[in-house]
This record gives sequence, structure tokens and C-alpha cells, in this order.
Amino acid sequence: MSSLTWWLEVGLRIVVIFLAFMVVPLVVGQMEHKAMAHMQGRLGPMEAGGFHGWAQLVADGVKFAQKEAVVPKAADRRVFQLAPAVALIPYLLALVVIPIGPGTQVGVDLDLGLFFALAVMGVAVIGPLMAGWGSANKYSLLGGLRSAAQLMAYELPMLLSAVSVAMAAGTLSLPGIMDVWHWYWIPWQLIGGFVFFTAGLAELQRPPFDMPVADSEIIFGAYTEYTGLRFALFLLAEYAGIVVLCLLTAVLFLGGWHGPFADQHLGWLWTAIKTFLLAFVVIWLRVSYPRLRADQLQKLAWTVLIPLSLAQLALTGVVRVL
Amino acid sequence: MTNEKKNLPGAGLVQGLATTFKNMVTPAHTRQYPDVAPELAPRTRGVIALIEENCTSCMLCARECPDWCIYIDSHKETIPAPPSGGRERSRNVLDRFAIDFSLCMYCGICIEVCPFDALEWSPEFEYAEYDLRDLLHEKERLGAWVESVPPPVALDDAAEEPKEIALAQKAAAKKQAALDAEQQGSAGDA
Repeated sequence: MSSLTWWLEVGLRIVVIFLAFMVVPLVVGQMEHKAMAHMQGRLGPMEAGGFHGWAQLVADGVKFAQKEAVVPKAADRRVFQLAPAVALIPYLLALVVIPIGPGTQVGVDLDLGLFFALAVMGVAVIGPLMAGWGSANKYSLLGGLRSAAQLMAYELPMLLSAVSVAMAAGTLSLPGIMDVWHWYWIPWQLIGGFVFFTAGLAELQRPPFDMPVADSEIIFGAYTEYTGLRFALFLLAEYAGIVVLCLLTAVLFLGGWHGPFADQHLGWLWTAIKTFLLAFVVIWLRVSYPRLRADQLQKLAWTVLIPLSLAQLALTGVVRVL
Repeated sequence: MTNEKKNLPGAGLVQGLATTFKNMVTPAHTRQYPDVAPELAPRTRGVIALIEENCTSCMLCARECPDWCIYIDSHKETIPAPPSGGRERSRNVLDRFAIDFSLCMYCGICIEVCPFDALEWSPEFEYAEYDLRDLLHEKERLGAWVESVPPPVALDDAAEEPKEIALAQKAAAKKQAALDAEQQGSAGDA
């Protein structure tokens, strides 16, 4: 009996997480379509689905599914075919350990939750590397190498700033961090939050850190040779990455389900509001800023973000000891 | 550096964000054309309308047309002499008047050159076709555009009166005088 309810619960959690994984990135994508359009004095999609083009991304998905899946003759076939899955699935796994509300509103309460989330996000960035290496295309290779350089530089500040929160909480479990969270953590971890979010953007290769896919230089970087559904999976991975990054930033640095009121009942709503606000910021930055050059990217990571995250680490340590 | 003012670091970044945000909350300039009709200027050059009754087949438009897209066929008809005397007259009858809008460059010279105001601009523009050959509008179709021709712009208050009005008034006065004379004559008989 108890085993049956256990299986039901596990099944339900998996279904909910999978649905969120399929739907929320599309909502963020639609938000990007619309917000970017209005920031540029346009309306964005208006036809698909009737009401303000709400079904545009569904239509895009159908279109991608209909296209031929081409594998270049000289490509490393297995690596080429596997790359989109490697890029996408880690974000699904990361969602499992992120709490959206108090108590049991988390896929799995893992003791090493934060470590697990950051580790699988690290795996996700191998996707573009595989794609770049396996495509047998000079643009793809350049994109892949640029990805590698960028990810090497930004993994470190991201981890350091996440460690600062773990130090403050004294645990690596994300629900555990939430339990000891207080509002004054926002100013306390502010620098860390900035570093984490910025480095996360760079990991996702979102503008202004989109050197690896710079379309005016190397076509579409590592994704140049991809068509049809595999290409769509890479795009989905980008938006799933935004969702995971925004969720993690909201949980670690903005208090997750904590809110000014009703956070015991509507905690998930606070998480959602914070996540979507952060996702909006991601879009907003994309529209506002030009792409950083390779040297500017490296300079930002090594001379600004890493010292800042080390300073945050020191600050956290000092306050903890006091 | 020309910019002497010392800005806070990052001020430019914030300014960029502010600009895009301001843009987002101001309404977009997009016109939803097929759903919402465009607001056109009253004298928009959309299509050329033909007032067939005014045309004398003089061929001026066809000859002036820079890309030769006006086709005119006509024949002469004789009007028999009126019973009150005089000689028979001949007059042009328009058989075909066609404008090929796949060639037309909308310069409007035909309209300018027409001595009898048989051609006018109409603001209608929705006559795209799937087949290029269907852009050849025959006189029936050109005549159908006349409905959409806007009335001419009113003259300026200080403007000189058009010659046509003076001419018409002169003719009317002459006719009235003749009528008056006739009435007086009949009254004198009585």
C-alpha cells in the first residue's frame, strides 16, 4: 500500500516536472518574442493562435518537426546526433532538485542539491562543444572553441558565488538553504547574486555574451549544421537554461518561496514571480546591450567577476564568524 | 575625449536599459494592415480611373506615357446632318481603353496631360493579382474606379475663379437674355 502511494507520488512529481520543463521555457520564449518586439517598436507575433500570436512557438515547433534532419557526411555521426540531448537533458535534471515552495514542494530533497544542480548545468555546456566538434564545419568548430573558452572562464565565478550562499546557510541542500533564509540575505549576498546571474548568462551564451554563436561572424556557431528537430532541441535547451538559471538565482539570492506575505500557502507563486522577473531581465539585457568581444568577455570574467565573488566569499565568511 | 562630463561607472549601461524599457511601454508603430485599413492621404496615387464619357480618343495620354502602357482603339462615326441644316460631322468612338498596371510606374503624366479630365487618380490600391496578365485593366474596370475618386480639393478663398465658371455663367446669361426677348416678343403679340 505505502509502496503504491510512493510510486504514485514519484510518478506525479516526474509528470509535473516534465510538464513544467516543456511549458515554462516556451512561456519565456513567447515573453522574449513579445518584450523584444515592443522594445524595438514592433508588435511581435500577432497571427498564430489568434490572440496576440500566443501559439507562435507551438507553430515553430511543428515547423521544425516537419523539417529534414540532415547529418553532414563528414560529421562525427554519433556525437553530432547526441549533442542536442546532452545540451537539453541536464536542465531537466537540474529542475528536480530546485524547491518551488515550502516543505515537500521540491522534486527530490537532495542533501547535495546545490552541488547537483551546478554539476548538471556544467554537463549541459558540453552539448555545444560536442556539436561544434562533431559538425565537421569550420564555423561550428570556432563556435565550439569559443564556447569552451567562455565556459572555462565563467564556471569559476558562478561556483564561487553559489558557494557563498552555501556557506551562509551551512548546507548544500536547496530546501535547507530556504529554511534558514532571512530577508537580510538579499543585501548580504547582493554581490554574489550579481556575479551568479551574470556568469550564468555567459554560461547560457545569451547576449551580450553570445560570442560563441555570433551570427554576424560565424553563422550560428556550434549549431550551424543543425536542422529540424535537433536544432529545435538546442533552442529549447537555451530557454530551459534560462528557466533553470532564473530559478536558481531566485532560490539562492532572492529568497525563493519567501515573500512579504502568504509565503506558506502561495510560496510557489513567489518563486514563479521572481523567476519570471529574472527571465524578463535576461531578455531585457539581450535587447539593450551589444555583444562582448572575446577579450572583453575574458577580461570581465577574470578581472571583475572572480575578484567580486572572492570578495563576497570573504564577506560571507566574516559575517558568519561574527 | 570630447565628453568632459565625468559619469558614474555603468551610467551608460543603465541608460541603455532605460531606453529599451521606455520603448517597450510606448505603443508600437506597427499598422495591422489587412485587419485595420491604412489611413491614406486624400490624394494618394493608388490606381488610375477612366471617365469614359470625357475621353475623345485623342491619344495624348498614350503618347505621353513613358512606358507605353496605355492601349487605345477607336473608330470614327459620322453623325448625320441635323434636319435644321448644316453638314454631317464625324466623331471618335472609343472601342478599347486599357492600362497595363504591370508596366505603369504611377508617374501620373497621362492624368496631367488629358485635356478633358477623363483620367483621375483614385486612392484604391488593393488590386494585386496572382497572374501578371490580370493587371491589364480594361475600360470597364478603369471606369469602376471612378466611384472612389475623391472630390477635387476646394479652391483657396483668394483664388481666381476657374475659367469654366465664367464661361458657364456667360452662356447662361446669353440663354436667359434670349429667353427674356422671346417672352417679351410673345407678350407684345398678345
